[in-house]
Amino acid sequence: MADNDHPNAEAAPKGLVIFNGVMKKRRALMWRGFGFSSLGLGWILIFLALPCLSLFVVSFATRGDYGDIQWTFTLENMKRLLGFGFFGWSADNLLIFGRSVVVGVVTTFLCVVLSYPLAFFLAMRPDRTRTLWLTVLLIPFWTNLVIRTYAWLLALAPEMPLASLMARFEIIERGQALYPSVFAVYIGMVSVFLPFTALPLYTAVEKLDWTLIEAARDLYGKGWRVFRHAILPQTLPGLSVGITLTLIPAMGMFVIPDMLGGARYMLIGNLIQQQFGTSRDWPFGAALSLVLMILTLAALSASRRRHTTGEAHR
Amino acid sequence: MKDRAKSAVSAISVLIFCFLYIPLLCVAVFSVNASKLGLEWGGFTWDWYIKLFHNEMILNAAWNTLVLAVVSTLISTIVGTFLAIGLYRFPWGKKVLGRLDLLLHLPVVTPDIIFAVALVVAFSALRALTGLFELGLGSMIMGHITFQIAFVALVIRGRLELIGTDVEEAAYDLYASHRRVLFKVLLPLLRPGIMAGAMLAFTLSLDDFVISFFTAGPKSTTLPLFIYASVKRGVTPEIHALSTLVMILTILLVGLMQWITNRSASADNSLSH
Repeated sequence: MADNDHPNAEAAPKGLVIFNGVMKKRRALMWRGFGFSSLGLGWILIFLALPCLSLFVVSFATRGDYGDIQWTFTLENMKRLLGFGFFGWSADNLLIFGRSVVVGVVTTFLCVVLSYPLAFFLAMRPDRTRTLWLTVLLIPFWTNLVIRTYAWLLALAPEMPLASLMARFEIIERGQALYPSVFAVYIGMVSVFLPFTALPLYTAVEKLDWTLIEAARDLYGKGWRVFRHAILPQTLPGLSVGITLTLIPAMGMFVIPDMLGGARYMLIGNLIQQQFGTSRDWPFGAALSLVLMILTLAALSASRRRHTTGEAHR
Repeated sequence: MKDRAKSAVSAISVLIFCFLYIPLLCVAVFSVNASKLGLEWGGFTWDWYIKLFHNEMILNAAWNTLVLAVVSTLISTIVGTFLAIGLYRFPWGKKVLGRLDLLLHLPVVTPDIIFAVALVVAFSALRALTGLFELGLGSMIMGHITFQIAFVALVIRGRLELIGTDVEEAAYDLYASHRRVLFKVLLPLLRPGIMAGAMLAFTLSLDDFVISFFTAGPKSTTLPLFIYASVKRGVTPEIHALSTLVMILTILLVGLMQWITNRSASADNSLSH
C-alpha cells in the first residue's frame, strides 16, 4: 500500500492513518504538514519557481525603447539566439553556446582527473588527521568566488614566477601577464570547481570495497583495467554527483571568464549578464536563460541516466 | 595499495593543494607589502589594514555584508526548519512528496545566474504589482533566503531521519499536546541540525556573489561586490588586505562548522552506545 511509505504512519483504512500510534484523518494531517511547510514552499515558489517559468513568456516579448518589456509577442529573440540579427546572420551566439559547453565539459573532465588521486589521498589519511585534511579542502571551497578569481590575477601577473618562467620558454612575451587568456580561464575554473568534484568522489572512495581491487590485482589486472573494472563502477555514484555539481555551474559561470578571459572569451553567462546589465534587454536575456536551462536539464538527465546504468552494471 | 601508487597519489595531492592555496597566499603576502604600485617587495607593513578601517565605503560594505548574512540566516533557519518538519514528518504520500521534494531541490540545482535572473524578474513583477520591492539590501536578503531555505531544510531532513520518531511517539503516548511535543521534544532534538543548517546558511550568504550582484541596489554594496568593482578599476593593496581579512573569516567559519559537526557526531555516537 502506497500509504505506508512514512516512518510515522502505519496501514489503516482508507482516508485514515495510524500516525504516532494514534488513528488520524489523513487529510487533517496533511493540512498540519502544509501549515508547517507552506511559508518555505511558497517562498521558493514565488521567488524562484514561478519566475523561472515566466522567463519562458518573457522570452517571446520585445525590448521597449527604454529597456522596458513590451508585450508584443514575436519570435525575434529565438531568431537572434540562432544568430539572425540586424546585420544578417552571424555565428557569434552559437559560438558562445558551443564554447560554454566545451568549457563546462573540459573543466569537469580536468576536475575528475585531478579528483581521483585527491579522493584516494583523503580516504587513506588516518582518522585522526582526516578531518583536518578535509577542512583544508573545504576552506578554498568556501572562500568567496570573487576573491579566488582575483587571487589568480595576482598569481598570473607578469612579475610572478609562473609568467616569467613561461616568458623564458618564449610561450609568452616578457613582461606580459598570463591573463586574459583561455589558459587563465581554465586555471580559474578548475581551481574553483575542483572541490565540487572531489568531495562527493571522496565519500564514494571512502566506502570503497578494497577486496575487489586486490582481487583484480591478483588476477594480474594492470593499472587502467583495475581502475576501469574495480574502482570506476564502485565510485560511479559519487562521480556522477561530482560531475553534476561541477558541469552545471561551470556552464553558467560568468565571473571567471569576465575577470580572467577578457571581452573576447565570452560564455553564455556573460551574455545573460549583459542583457540584464548594460544592454537592458530582458526578453533576449530570458531567451538566453532558457538555453542555459535546457543545457542544465540535459546535463542532469545525462548524469541520471549514467547513474542508473551504473547501478545496473553492478 | 602499492607503495609506488601511494606515493604518486600523495605527490599529486600535495601539488593540487599548492594549486588551490598559492593564489590565496599571494593575496595574503601582498597585503603586507609596503610598495604601493606593482608587485615588487617593498618591506613589511600593516598600513593597508589600518587604512581599511578608515575607509568609509569599505566599512559600510562590511556592515551591509554582515546585516545581509545575519538577517537572511535568522529568517531562513526558522522557515527552513519548519519546512523540513512539515515535509518529512507528515504522511504526504509518495506522489505529492515527490513533487514537493522537487520544488525544494530547485534552489540547489538551479545555476546561479538563472537564479539571479529569476529573482530580478520576480522583484520587478512584484514592484509593478505593489510598488514595493525596490532593489537594495531588502531584495538581497530575500534573494539569499530563497537559496538558504532549501539548504537548511535538507540539513534538517538528515537530522530528522537520524533522530527517528520513537521519542515523539512516546511523548504522544503520554498525552503531550502538539505544541508541547514540538517545543519540548522535536526542536530540542533537532538543535544540532538547526545549528549546522544556520552555519551553512551563513557561510552560503558570505560566499555568494552572483545573486547579490544582480539584486543589489545602488546603496547596498557588500564586500564581494566592492572587491569586484575595485578589481575592474585596478587592484590596490587595500583590496589585498580586505580579501585577506575575508579569507581569515572564512577559515574561522569553516573550522567552527567542522568542529560543530564533529562534536554533534560524537555526541550522537555516545547517545546510541
